[in-house]
Amino acid sequence: MATTHIHTHTDVHHDDHEHEHHEGNFWTNYIFSQDHKVIAKQFLITGIFWALFGGTLSVIFRLQLGFPEMSLEWMRPLLGGWITPEGKIDPEFYLALVTMHGTIMVFFVLTAGLSGTFSNFLIPLQIGARDMASGFMNMLSYWFFFLSSVIMLSSFFIETGPASGGWTVYPPLSALPQAMHGSGLGMTLWLVAMALFIVSTLLGGINYITTIINMRTRGMSFTRMPLTIWAFFFTAIIGLLSFPVLFAAALLLIFDRSFGTSFFLSDIYIGGEALANVGGSPILFQHLFWFLGHPEVYIVLLPALGITSEIIATNSRKPIFGYKAMIGSMLFIAILSFIVWAHHMFVTGMNPFLGSIFMLLTLIIAVPSAVKIFNYVTTLWKGNIRFTSGMLFSIGLVSFFLTGGITGIFLGNSAIDIQLHDTYFVVAHFHLVMGSASFFGMLAGIYHWYPKMFGRMMNEKLGYVHFWITFVGVYMVFFPMHYIGIAGFPRRYYSFTNFEFASGFTDLNALVSIAAILTLSAQFIFLFNFFYSMFRGRPAPANPWNSTTLEWTTPRNPGHGNWPGEIPAVYRWPYDYSKPGAKEDFIPQTVPYSETPESNLPHENELIKLESSNGNAIVVEGDKH
Amino acid sequence: MTTLIVVLGVVLVLMILYLIFRISTLVSVAKSKKETDVDSSNSTNALLFIVFMILGLGGFFWYSFAHFDSYTLPVASEHGALTDKLFWITMAVTVVAFVIISIIKFVFLYQYQYKEGRKAKFYPDNHYLELAWTIIPAIVLALLIFTGLRAWNDITAPASEDAEVIEVIAQQFAWTARYPGKDNVLGDYHYQKIDAINEFGLDLTDNKTFDDFKSLELHLPKGKEVLLKIRAKDVLHSVFLPHFRVKMDAVPGMPTQFKFIVTKTTEEMREETGNPEFNYELACTEICGQGHFSMKMNVIVHTEEDFAKWKAEQESWLSQNPDYLKNVPAGLRESAMIKAGISAETGMKFTQGDFGTAVGSN
Ligand code: HEM
Ligand SMILES: [Cu+2]
Ligand SMILES: [Cu+2]
Repeated sequence: MATTHIHTHTDVHHDDHEHEHHEGNFWTNYIFSQDHKVIAKQFLITGIFWALFGGTLSVIFRLQLGFPEMSLEWMRPLLGGWITPEGKIDPEFYLALVTMHGTIMVFFVLTAGLSGTFSNFLIPLQIGARDMASGFMNMLSYWFFFLSSVIMLSSFFIETGPASGGWTVYPPLSALPQAMHGSGLGMTLWLVAMALFIVSTLLGGINYITTIINMRTRGMSFTRMPLTIWAFFFTAIIGLLSFPVLFAAALLLIFDRSFGTSFFLSDIYIGGEALANVGGSPILFQHLFWFLGHPEVYIVLLPALGITSEIIATNSRKPIFGYKAMIGSMLFIAILSFIVWAHHMFVTGMNPFLGSIFMLLTLIIAVPSAVKIFNYVTTLWKGNIRFTSGMLFSIGLVSFFLTGGITGIFLGNSAIDIQLHDTYFVVAHFHLVMGSASFFGMLAGIYHWYPKMFGRMMNEKLGYVHFWITFVGVYMVFFPMHYIGIAGFPRRYYSFTNFEFASGFTDLNALVSIAAILTLSAQFIFLFNFFYSMFRGRPAPANPWNSTTLEWTTPRNPGHGNWPGEIPAVYRWPYDYSKPGAKEDFIPQTVPYSETPESNLPHENELIKLESSNGNAIVVEGDKH
Repeated sequence: MTTLIVVLGVVLVLMILYLIFRISTLVSVAKSKKETDVDSSNSTNALLFIVFMILGLGGFFWYSFAHFDSYTLPVASEHGALTDKLFWITMAVTVVAFVIISIIKFVFLYQYQYKEGRKAKFYPDNHYLELAWTIIPAIVLALLIFTGLRAWNDITAPASEDAEVIEVIAQQFAWTARYPGKDNVLGDYHYQKIDAINEFGLDLTDNKTFDDFKSLELHLPKGKEVLLKIRAKDVLHSVFLPHFRVKMDAVPGMPTQFKFIVTKTTEEMREETGNPEFNYELACTEICGQGHFSMKMNVIVHTEEDFAKWKAEQESWLSQNPDYLKNVPAGLRESAMIKAGISAETGMKFTQGDFGTAVGSN
């Protein structure tokens, strides 16, 4: 078979490749490595750093919201002039905190940290490839991300402070340095950092797509790919199509800021002066931003859903329910995600007719999302569920996805959104459905694949404690925000004392802040577990979760090239858990049907013939060299 | 002192965690090497999910009912009553779905927790089930969309001819309102004409501007359609009238609008809420800079008669700033003074010597 030839050929090539890399030094092995596993870990560690950083920012501004009377004098050594003489956070710095928190969480943690880690780590391992299609581009992808991180971080150390116009950086606010301090150098750094970030994402995405299409091992047809891979595949495609639009928006904004163009600016009188710009439209920027911004939600979410599908199936000891429906709904979500962006703009003055179209499309996207939830729940039904830490976090994801998804039905309805738009209801909604859900997906993935990443097990008990505090904590932080939002509290407010209608809920706001502090603190349990286990954890068995997928057929600490010998072939889909008649409750993908006559379904018996011819071809090819 | 307590508390918690950690590692080492990866904590976790479900759902329903009045704002507009209704219908539908799915999920977690020797059911798909839970949500959503669409179309439909037109202008960090005056038509403006005094950028060559007047509070009539014309001078802002369920961005260079009918005067609302201090408010809901959180305008709703009376009492902007008569083309000055309510004497004072040049240049 043609495919067999190609793949065997690739293997040969990579075998040579592997020898070259054995002699790498510290720099090529750990810093400028081209090994997808090392790059994945680099993304992971950077992502964890950013998660802590972004989380800390949120706790700082939660202190202001929860305890407006409290003196924050003690933070002066850290924040210096950003603490006012009265011991309060400077209102403009509050906005900078919110902006950087949002940017960091969405892009640096849940895009780079999540996709970067797991796409890199799992794609070659689960499809049976030696590495990514281009190790070099993959390395560049990380280093562009690193550079972007350094620049974003540096904006905290300049006098005018980081960007502060919200993570959506709507002009004219973000275009006019005279409108707020953060729109000066801080905004320039933001734009440069994001441009580099987009380069990183595109380099990564191209690699993911190419690798998945071209480098699957023998027998790994598309319909035998684990859902993780499907999710990474769709994610990369969405990213490839939408990030360039943000790039364009950022570029035009740079022009408006620095070269006097008027893409987004018109009829502005600010600082006692009428600007010359005419003819631009701030709404245009919003269209461009959300053309990325909404797909971004799914860029963040799909990998987490893929990871969860895998973990829930493994730990329920059941095939994922509706494998094809899961792929179908991801495909549908991926397509629809491009045509719902304007639901973020119902009350921006956009033509109301557009509003009705986008409302229709938005509520349609709820259907595949609902299908996914039902499929997860059905996967649990009659399972034999093991609550590993990874499983717990996956269940947490399903819970958040449901709770947060429900409120999307309110916000997608333009008539209802009039009142809810830009209130805390929105904050509650997106933190649950995208923030916390994806965050839990990421944690689940770390717990689940840690043995493969570091060859050791994490401590499960600490994992449980971490889960329960975080799970309850997240609900305590974000659930009350629904009430606050229904009451009309606007988001991005430094304090609520100026308005009578928003003067209540001091108790709820304090509760939220306390819960946020607890939740953040609980992450240190995880950190300890993560770093301690790296060196002192129990050595991991080859296949600790009794999984079916390919990554567990590699050695405990796979070297560059992943499999010491030939890459194993794949004979079945990845969800043969608890198959009737089988001796064990899982059958790895590498086990041919010919070896499991006792559990084969009728149509699978017919596949046995193909297997042997396949196998012969491999032997013949293998003999040649 | 408090810092010390906090530090001690943190240290204590950390020590406890470390102890848990040590003990659990020791125990797992002590327990032979055999890896039954499922131990007693499995059932604990399963049980905790049930506890979580009961406390979570219980807390949710308790708070939602017990504190209903504290998180729902009274509504005081016609379309607001409608969107509120839609909101609560959606709430009812989704909460039912939410509760059912949640319970099923958590019960499954408990019921199907690991048991030695049991084998899970191999159940890869069922097309009927999948079809059912694609179609049912689709139908329910279609119904919600349909009602939402109808409301949205009504809300965004053009305002009626005789609507009360009021302009709200946003700038960092204040709101001003402009009323059309006796002619009931707002005069032209241009952003290049804005200056420290002419904050609306009134184009005084347009005779509709002469009687326009300014207000720092938003006065509205009850029971009459109001068409808010909204614009911004510097950056984006957003008009939010929480009690009227009104929200619309203010965009520099692109005027927007929102029409609505208020159903309760400030007085009536004071009675209804039992709060004699009650005031309607206008807030900004689009981040606009450091004063975003304090960008407020007071709103006063009158009966229609009182509103007309209030309007009649207001002085036109031009009469408050008569030196701007200079910018009125000479041919229009007379009518400007009449429309703006400026006495001939005052008018002469501010335009003296100017007439000649203006006329001459024409
Ligand atoms: C410790 C956990 C977190 C807490 C306590 C928290 C809290 C908050 C709060 C209260 C706001 C609104 C602030 C305001 O409007 O004034 C906010 C904004 C935001 N958060 Fe979080 N958050 C957390 C984690 C996350 C995560 C994991 C994400 C990832 C998606 C995220 C993304 C955002 C975004 C995008 C915004 C909007 C920023 C903006 O308005 O420009 N947050 N967060
Ligand atoms: Cu969206
Ligand atoms: Cu504002």
